[in-house]
Amino acid sequence: MISLQNIQKQYGRLKVLNGVNLELSGAGVHTILGPNGSGKTTLIKILLGMVIPQKGEVVIDNKIVNGKWEYRNDIDYLPQIARFPDNLTVIELIEMIIRLRKKPNRSKELIQLFKIEPFLNQKLGNLSGGTRQKVNLVLAFMFDSRIIILDEPTTGLDPVAVVHLKELIRKERLKGKIILVTTHIMSFVEEMADQIIFLLDGKIYFKGTNEEIRARNNSKNLEHAIATLLEVHNA
Amino acid sequence: MLNILRYSFFDLMRSRWSYFYFAFYLALGFALLFLNNSLPKAIITLMNLIVVLTPLIGTIFGVMYFYNSREFTELLLAQPIKRSTIFMGQYLGIAGSLSMSLVLGLGIPFLLYGILLSGEIINFMFLLIDGALLTFIFVALAFILSLYNENRIKGFGYAILMWLFFAVIYDGLFLIFLLVFENYPLDKFSLIATMLNPIDLSRILVLLKLDISALLGYTGAVFQQFFGTAMGLFLSTFTLILWCLFPVGIILRICKKKDF
Repeated sequence: MISLQNIQKQYGRLKVLNGVNLELSGAGVHTILGPNGSGKTTLIKILLGMVIPQKGEVVIDNKIVNGKWEYRNDIDYLPQIARFPDNLTVIELIEMIIRLRKKPNRSKELIQLFKIEPFLNQKLGNLSGGTRQKVNLVLAFMFDSRIIILDEPTTGLDPVAVVHLKELIRKERLKGKIILVTTHIMSFVEEMADQIIFLLDGKIYFKGTNEEIRARNNSKNLEHAIATLLEVHNA
Repeated sequence: MLNILRYSFFDLMRSRWSYFYFAFYLALGFALLFLNNSLPKAIITLMNLIVVLTPLIGTIFGVMYFYNSREFTELLLAQPIKRSTIFMGQYLGIAGSLSMSLVLGLGIPFLLYGILLSGEIINFMFLLIDGALLTFIFVALAFILSLYNENRIKGFGYAILMWLFFAVIYDGLFLIFLLVFENYPLDKFSLIATMLNPIDLSRILVLLKLDISALLGYTGAVFQQFFGTAMGLFLSTFTLILWCLFPVGIILRICKKKDF
């Protein structure tokens, strides 16, 4: 179970998160939605310990993990921007992360799935954006961790890879994992999300299922529901 | 940490710039030896270059590497690794690979020239150790500046300013101070002022070792007089090591609080 308690974060004068409380207990796909600059990535990074909040606690399995690092053994993370050291080759990077984690992995299977065998011995600096994102996905999914965090996973991917990604996420969900995804793509949310968390101006405005959010805003589709939510709160 | 150190090290060792740096020292070593045709003269010329050049290269590489590997650092931060391990690994990787370029680049020509058979081997070793220490110090200082500055242009600017300060401006201020207060006893002041600048300090270290401290004029004479050669050597080496450890401590402190 993941629980964020009264998380507050500001950069200088800019308040990014304003007392966020969030509990993710069940297995399934939890998506964080929100306009640009609403604090989605910051929230995820606080969960991972990459950003340090001014206030609040991150609790995983009833243990406060702020400032700790061992808990990240249970987390797989896909960062938003896929950029790596230019001079390493793809296979070297993958092997390095495997060596760091010292856990069983399924990199071979994922390399096949995303068809990056031809690039394994190329330097990361020479790869296209989409191929980098595929490498990024291999790194994120290769350990069988209980918690998976994906920050804008579909960025730069071709449609075939997106289909594979969705299949992969479905399989992981069936294994009973907690999957946390931020995205801008509504169709992805409608298709995949078990729970939607709507973040605006550093606060959670809505938490519930796709049906609930539509019912509450009398909308036919999710896009419309989100737009209504935004209008109501900006007015 | 060894893992990160290894990868940072190999990442740098494979970049064009490391080769360039290595080739530069190689060429410099050969050129000096064959132009001077004398080991002690070559070593003294090298010393003058190394005390200015290694800090410059350490500073530039440190800043460049830090900013270029930002995304990679983020990738590592999401792994189950302690923050201090990540930064120490990267730091030692850069400083280590730069020091290796220095040691190999200069070592090869001097070995071929027959340094092992001459009496200058100890002095030469000192020169290399001094260059390596300066590399470690200035890479650490560059890391601190880059940790403080999100903006890489700013970080780069400050880093170059820092180098300029220690390599040039500091000495100028020092001289002005000595001139203005020439009627007062300045022995202690100049001693302390020298210790506060790693470049000056390593210059003195090498001069003391080469036993030509008279060349340095006032400060060298003060060092010689106060400590004698052996004590001066020990003290300046010790202070240089402190100069390494102190910035590393600051890096560890900043990296604990920093957001990525």
